Amino acid sequence: MKLLTHNLLSSHVRGVGTRGFPLRLQATEVRINPVEFNPDFVARMIPKVEWAALVQAANTLNLTEVPKEPTEGYEQDETFLRKMHHVLLEVDVLEGTLQCPESGRLFPISRGIPNMLLNDEETET
Amino acid sequence: MKKLKLKELESRLQEVDGFENPKLLLEQYPTRPHIAACMLYTIHNTFDDIENKVVADLGCGCGVLSIGAAMLGAGLCVGFDIDEDALEIFTRNVEEFELTNVDMIQCDVCSLCNKMPKVFDTVIMNPPFGTKNNKGTDMAFLKTALGMARTAVYSLHKSSTREHIQKKAAEWKVKIEIIAELRYDLPALYNFHKKKSVSFPILNTFSIQKLCNITFHSQQVAWVNRKPA
Repeated sequence: MKLLTHNLLSSHVRGVGTRGFPLRLQATEVRINPVEFNPDFVARMIPKVEWAALVQAANTLNLTEVPKEPTEGYEQDETFLRKMHHVLLEVDVLEGTLQCPESGRLFPISRGIPNMLLNDEETET
Repeated sequence: MKKLKLKELESRLQEVDGFENPKLLLEQYPTRPHIAACMLYTIHNTFDDIENKVVADLGCGCGVLSIGAAMLGAGLCVGFDIDEDALEIFTRNVEEFELTNVDMIQCDVCSLCNKMPKVFDTVIMNPPFGTKNNKGTDMAFLKTALGMARTAVYSLHKSSTREHIQKKAAEWKVKIEIIAELRYDLPALYNFHKKKSVSFPILNTFSIQKLCNITFHSQQVAWVNRKPA
């Protein structure tokens, strides 16, 4: 699971509403996968990323410091874009958990795939 | 910039492994490479909704649509499916295609309705039709997709459900537009050898209705019941 994907996910446990984001990340196995650098895509994503959640996730994984917010003129800043590219797309959490911040429910991540299946009682009707 | 031709895309998608033991109740069958290629190519070339976009594939199965989207330059493609066996095959496919811009989540798409508002640029899908005691699944998928997508939803549906979908779309206040109609031949994957061959009305048309933010592709599925080998 990439950090960009993590940044999109919310808990959908019953009753949690909008308080299901961000999912708290814990990782026991992480892999770095080289991904072709696409500055246009990264630049597009910068304003859409939930920054605080990304910083939190990156810190949990002990990644090189992600700035608190995008630098001014980031679209032309290749160093910044490459760093964000690495954090968002090249870091792959293989094993770990995602935790709903509201209900505490744990979703396991195994072989890079989060399992977010809920049982009946947890599902909103 | 990827300049994949339609024929090349289709031919590459033919390499995607399908379900090993398709589960009847989940209506598992791979989207045929020809349909997948036409659909993705249209979305990419006519509407520019794949390249550099964040794309979701709901009910991704073994990943034909996601893999195609990834090859056409999606920034990131995330597949969602309830079945871990399907996701395992999807993972293998991603490795064989050496794609690095694909992720996947195991979950029940129907339970995601309204839970992930507008987080994806584009949603593509070939949802279950709701023919196997799961009536209404296609509409549940649509509802979820509409919530998740910022720009457009591209979905395959049987032409026979077109009016129903149009009615729902009006209710939900979304614009729908038919983009294309394709014939869709599906060889029998499930072994109904105890039954005589079953025929379905063949509309042989695949209508895509484009709504503001939604594009529906309707497909008519012709089931061909083959005798077991």
